Amino acid sequence: MDFYGGIKRLQEGLASGEWTASDLVGHSLATIETYDAQVKAFLRLDGEGASSKVARVGNNGCAPETYESHETVHPTRSPLAGIPYALKDNLCVTGMETTCASQILRGYIPPYSATVVERLERSGGVLMGKLNLDEFAMGSSTENSSYFVTRNPWDLSRVPGGSSGGSAAAVAAGMVPYTLGSDTGGSIRQPAAFCGVVGLKPTYGLVSRYGLVAFASSLDQVGPLTHSVEDAATVLQVIAGFDERDSTSVKVDIPDYTAALTGDIRGLRVGIPMEYFDTGMEEGVRRSVEQAIATLRELGAQIKEISLPMTRYALSAYYLIAPAEASSNLARYDGVRYGYRATDPANLLDMYKKTRSEGFGPEVKRRILIGTYALSSGYYDAYYKRAQQVRTLIARDFAAAFAEVDVIVSPTTPTTAFAIGEKTDPLTMYLNDIYTIPVNLAGLPAISVPCGLVDGLPVGLQMIGRSFDESTLLKTAHAYEQAAGFSSLRPTLVKEVR
Amino acid sequence: MSYETVIGLEVHVELGTRTKIFCGCEVAFGAAPNSRVCPVCLGSPGVLPVLNEQALALGIRAALALNCQVRRSSKFDRKNYFYPDSPKAYQISQYDEPIGEHGHIDIVVDGQTRRIGITRVHLEEDAGKLTHSPFGDTSSVDLNRVGVPLIEIVSEPDIRTPEEARLYLEELKAIMQYCEVSECKMEEGSLRCDANISLRPVGASALGTKTEIKNMNSFRNVLRGLEYEQQRQADLLRSGEVIVQQTLRFDDATAKTIVMRSKEDAHDYRYFPDPDLPRIELSESYIAQRLAEIPELPANIRARFEQDYGLPAYDAGVLTASKALSMFFDQTARLVKDPKAASNWIMGDLLAYLKEDGKEIEGLTMQPKQLAGLIGLIDDGTISTKIAKTVLRDMVSSGRDAPTIIAEQGLVQISDEGELRAIAQRVIAANPKSVADYMAGKEKAIGSLVGQVMKETKGKANPQVVNRLMAELLSSK
Ligand SMILES: [Zn+2]
Repeated sequence: MDFYGGIKRLQEGLASGEWTASDLVGHSLATIETYDAQVKAFLRLDGEGASSKVARVGNNGCAPETYESHETVHPTRSPLAGIPYALKDNLCVTGMETTCASQILRGYIPPYSATVVERLERSGGVLMGKLNLDEFAMGSSTENSSYFVTRNPWDLSRVPGGSSGGSAAAVAAGMVPYTLGSDTGGSIRQPAAFCGVVGLKPTYGLVSRYGLVAFASSLDQVGPLTHSVEDAATVLQVIAGFDERDSTSVKVDIPDYTAALTGDIRGLRVGIPMEYFDTGMEEGVRRSVEQAIATLRELGAQIKEISLPMTRYALSAYYLIAPAEASSNLARYDGVRYGYRATDPANLLDMYKKTRSEGFGPEVKRRILIGTYALSSGYYDAYYKRAQQVRTLIARDFAAAFAEVDVIVSPTTPTTAFAIGEKTDPLTMYLNDIYTIPVNLAGLPAISVPCGLVDGLPVGLQMIGRSFDESTLLKTAHAYEQAAGFSSLRPTLVKEVR
Repeated sequence: MSYETVIGLEVHVELGTRTKIFCGCEVAFGAAPNSRVCPVCLGSPGVLPVLNEQALALGIRAALALNCQVRRSSKFDRKNYFYPDSPKAYQISQYDEPIGEHGHIDIVVDGQTRRIGITRVHLEEDAGKLTHSPFGDTSSVDLNRVGVPLIEIVSEPDIRTPEEARLYLEELKAIMQYCEVSECKMEEGSLRCDANISLRPVGASALGTKTEIKNMNSFRNVLRGLEYEQQRQADLLRSGEVIVQQTLRFDDATAKTIVMRSKEDAHDYRYFPDPDLPRIELSESYIAQRLAEIPELPANIRARFEQDYGLPAYDAGVLTASKALSMFFDQTARLVKDPKAASNWIMGDLLAYLKEDGKEIEGLTMQPKQLAGLIGLIDDGTISTKIAKTVLRDMVSSGRDAPTIIAEQGLVQISDEGELRAIAQRVIAANPKSVADYMAGKEKAIGSLVGQVMKETKGKANPQVVNRLMAELLSSK
């Protein structure tokens, strides 16, 4: 048994008695034991918690559970019952340390669980632990974690991408069948591409942000990283939906996402944004994506060239809006109520200064400074307000395109995974997110699916959908995945253990 | 040179909601420190605000009661500042799109109506409370107040004297209370006032340099603080000095203003729209509903009391001090022959008895029709005014009807001439000295004789009848 066959297969095995929920936890722990010393995806492992959860859901994962609210939940109804998973360490879990990979939150134990975590827990999901990320989700390589660097299971000298690097690497290495990440400018899709897994960023407002430690509130969105599109649909089904605790979550009917996975995309109009192919894309990436487009055509999709002219302003707008919101969101970390506090301060002001100087890493400080500047009186109109106007124009670009096409296809990243320590200049690092950032600015759903290997490294294909039309997006991605067969690939590190 | 004073007030009013503005914590004054808090108002990592519908409704109602134009679409902004009273390090407020603008209220100054413009009314959350040890070694933070819903009401610089400022505040408070937007208890901080004040030569149109005064925690201190500051600025200007723009704190003990910070220390709050909260979009029908919730306001009621009931302005003012009081009077006045008599009973004895009992008019069990009944019994001579006071005293405590109390205690007035004549004759016989005095021309002596009759009847004798009988009996001697 392993986790590459997908959640449905694991569920069948539980039902038939082929394996038990504790077998799944056992396999997860064994795989983590085997590979995580090298990969370093997990910041925190909770084997005991997982075992006690299994005891509660029963070995077939279907025992009814009674929760604090005295509401009895029958996980039989959930395809996630008894299935192990892990969380990016910016999602709060009651009683489990949550650090955002930052020193400033070291030792912070949240008094509540994120809505997405509650939903997975009620579905009988078995939480294995918390995963590494770039500090406060700021970065594209997981090198900005203040604890350690996570490595790409396809090549340990390379980055897994970021900021959900731990989430992508853990799935790629077969440690858990699925993880949750968060995506502010590409933080689910880019590491999914680098690690050869599927990563879905839902429409802004589809999944609750309550309990996701905020980076840039108007851009952040929680989503799954999985081995297949079907698994992504399965997890989304559980985590999606209105949450009265998140005012930006939207009241929409949640369709049956897996039902949309028909494999039939004949007549579907697929747009190829020419601006995305102008930039410094690696040749191997270009070839893989062109091949993927050919596959879509073979499946009966109509391929159309489209234009998203405002794309070139997206990166600049993003690096004003995201830091501006972050500067405000991160101002609360002062060492008073939780997390890290500097020792031996001279006075209160000194305590604040020392705590924040010592508690935040360089990239976080850089963004706090940029954001503070962008919001300052006298600069607000020129920077933050202007960036918001650009954002509106970018959303209009997409809206115009979606009048002509149903799905937009592009590479997820311009390159495959780069080497650890290779990108020292922040600007070069930021360029990695050039294809993913416009999607967050427009609030649209997008998915990255593997579309080939170049020099032994995975390439990601990005598909972008209409607002709240995850069904069409997943259907397209699934049809492509079935035809192309690049999903569920085992990285070179992982030997088949069957 | 003589100067004109220009004052603008910024008033914070705590909205009377059950829970806080962005979380479910109960609002309670005087709870144990940090006991009314949750992850949301504590600003724990990952939490999100959700607007309390009741806070919005009260805010809109208040804006409408202050004659503001209400925006169909407004938004919340973050006001970023780093201070221990603010666990998120920003306050959710409204910057450039407040819920209400361009309002006004009218005040009456020396019989003349003055209109004071209201620039804006906006919704925001309150901050925590800091207390500093008198020894300067520790400071404590109580976050119970964090997230309590507030409206900030900013006036135009239309106020010309400290007394006008006080009248404006009184009127504002009355309107908020009538609308049941807030209890406006200044001592509990549910109404707070900051003032901007500047002086300019009479006739000048440009404004002088202003100072801002904070911490005036009673109406009296608003008056004192502004009077002090007005004098201080006038003295400086007359001696040729300039006013420095700064923020001052009113010190209750010395009745002086003390510098808190100068303009150079002004914060850059880096306002930006709060991405956690969607825009507030209001329908016409929603606004119409809020408008329909506004009761008759005190200015109107005062005018009506003067006109319909012929009350003096003073009475109308006292009786409209609270909504409950004005309603009590209004209902009583409709049931009696002479509304002025109802006014006298309420302003005098009723309020005094309530004060004795430490009760508010809202807690009174006696109904207006019961008081009207009592007044009717005086009118038809059943009881004397003096007895009525005793009866009312009982009614206020017990809530029982006047006839019940009168019957139980045998307080019906004695108007029977035969009975009273016999008593009067006994009194005359027993007090030869008073009779002699009266005969000798000391007319006041009759008072003592009448008093004796009243005493003998335990106050139940009809004083008019006794007076007449006594005069008759004495003159026939
Ligand atoms: Zn709270």
